[in-house]
Amino acid sequence: MSNTTSDNRIAIQTSNISRNFGDFIAVNGIDLSINKGELFALLGPNGAGKTTTIKMLCCLLRPTSGTATIMGHDTLKDPIAVKQIIDLSPQETAIAEHLNAWENLSLMGRIHGFGKDEVKKRSEELLEMMGLRSRAKEQVRKYSGGMKRRLSIAMALVSDPQVLFLDEPTLGLDPQSRRSTWEHITELKGKKTIVLTTHYLEEADSLADRIAIIDEGNIIALGTPGELKDSISDMQVMVVKAKSLTNDAIEGLRKIYPEIKEVDGGIEIKAKELNFNEIVDYLRSKEVVIESTSQKQVTLDDVFLHLTGKELRE
Amino acid sequence: MRFLALAQRNFKEMFLDYLSLGLAMGLPIALLLILSPISKVEVMFSPANLAPGITLFAFVMLQFSSSMILAKDRDSALLSRLLTAPLKPKDFISAYSLPYIPVAIIQTALIFGIAALLGLETSGNLGLVFLVLFIMSLGYIGLGMVAGSRLTYKQVPYAYTAVLLLTIFGGAWFDLEVFGSGFQSVMNLLPFAHALDATRDVMVQGAGFSDVAVDFYWVMGYTIVFFALGIFLFRRKMVE
Ligand SMILES: Nc1ncnc2c1ncn2[C@@H]1O[C@H](COP(=O)(O)OP(=O)(O)O)[C@@H](O)[C@H]1O
Ligand SMILES: [Mg+2]
Repeated sequence: MSNTTSDNRIAIQTSNISRNFGDFIAVNGIDLSINKGELFALLGPNGAGKTTTIKMLCCLLRPTSGTATIMGHDTLKDPIAVKQIIDLSPQETAIAEHLNAWENLSLMGRIHGFGKDEVKKRSEELLEMMGLRSRAKEQVRKYSGGMKRRLSIAMALVSDPQVLFLDEPTLGLDPQSRRSTWEHITELKGKKTIVLTTHYLEEADSLADRIAIIDEGNIIALGTPGELKDSISDMQVMVVKAKSLTNDAIEGLRKIYPEIKEVDGGIEIKAKELNFNEIVDYLRSKEVVIESTSQKQVTLDDVFLHLTGKELRE
Repeated sequence: MRFLALAQRNFKEMFLDYLSLGLAMGLPIALLLILSPISKVEVMFSPANLAPGITLFAFVMLQFSSSMILAKDRDSALLSRLLTAPLKPKDFISAYSLPYIPVAIIQTALIFGIAALLGLETSGNLGLVFLVLFIMSLGYIGLGMVAGSRLTYKQVPYAYTAVLLLTIFGGAWFDLEVFGSGFQSVMNLLPFAHALDATRDVMVQGAGFSDVAVDFYWVMGYTIVFFALGIFLFRRKMVE
């Protein structure tokens, strides 16, 4: 067994880990150090390199360069040792369609070497937790998307992994299922090291101890949700709700305030110093009918916009 | 023995594909019934000559079905989840192969049972015939693992067709000598002709193990090579 990590509080350590696909650099030299028991979120838009990173940590993709260790085990040199302590809920729902929920959970438990009784006990708990108990004996291909998704997450929990990877756990879920999945994840907090990827801000904001914001294969910010927001807390955000906002008016305003985001029914303007009156006067001079103006709390979305010049959600 | 849990699931998956399974059993039997009346005019179609050929023909379906299940799983997220379990390449290959062994045994039993009803006579030891056929069936499953580890499920039917042609031109139901010695020596580089020669020599000429040892080792060697190659190719797909 290789145990190279000197600091035994660290669960996951990557050193300048990169992955190319042909000429394209999907992950560009990432250094991460994730503590045991931490819930760590990789937040970034589609194509940022989140799944590629997770797959390298789960020994499914070979890094083009750099190394990663999980609990001190090198993902390339000792994949079996890594696989003994991790589990993954892939981005795409990953279930055996022709088996029922019991059989799916049992499959996962048994290939991880658990005995029949133990698998049965854990499966029962998980079916209960994910609200699948009543339909546990039905072929899962008949399940709704949300149920499949919950089963897919539960399947990563049967082996009671020390390190759990959740790749976009709430992708495609309706708001209610999303909320209940968040509750389940919250219950696991502190008991396991969890790495979660998401492109939903609220998800990272409400679940994670620390967040790495990833864009185009690079980590562009890292910290607790509070720290990230504080990093731009000297910024003010003004929300202008208005009818008849023309591109001309917005572009004109951008000359003074570059960070303008178009939102439903208006715009959000962000800057270190905002002159409310100036903005209102300017818009009026462009014959914009202002319905309301207000000031807003900084969100992770603003952090992302500030760092990358683009919006996280499209 | 963790792979048994996966083998069990694959066994179910195999059963769900009734069509392939039905064809794997039904088509060879139909062929046997159709071809055997011709045996009065053509000695190649006597039950003893025909049964091994038909059995190999039946085994090609093992290759098809096993590679299909593996290739389809490779295409799905399920396999990436299974790959994060502490299983080795040989465990995966075992799990995808094992379900087909009982099928091969049933196919052989059915075909030889019906051939017996049609008047199959043997001069040699049928146990030796079954041993050669069993190892050959593993060879087809091994080929399934090679194709399933390497190809997409859309490409699998082409591999099936290729193996089917090689089996037929390996002499499944005609004498290779028709095509001349050049063709025959090419086909002798593959295991199929050797399996057929060995089993026919035992049944028709009463050959013993030492007489067919060379053919036996050809079949055995290829079976080992197919599995080794399947494991090698699967390993390469595990970490991309
Ligand atoms: N197997 C692959 N071959 C080529 N390009 C890939 C492959 N996997 C991912 N990519 C590319 O790498 C980038 C990062 O992908 P991914 O890690 O899936 O992003 P995310 O999970 O953050 O949405 C994307 O541009 C994607 O198209
Ligand atoms: Mg992704």
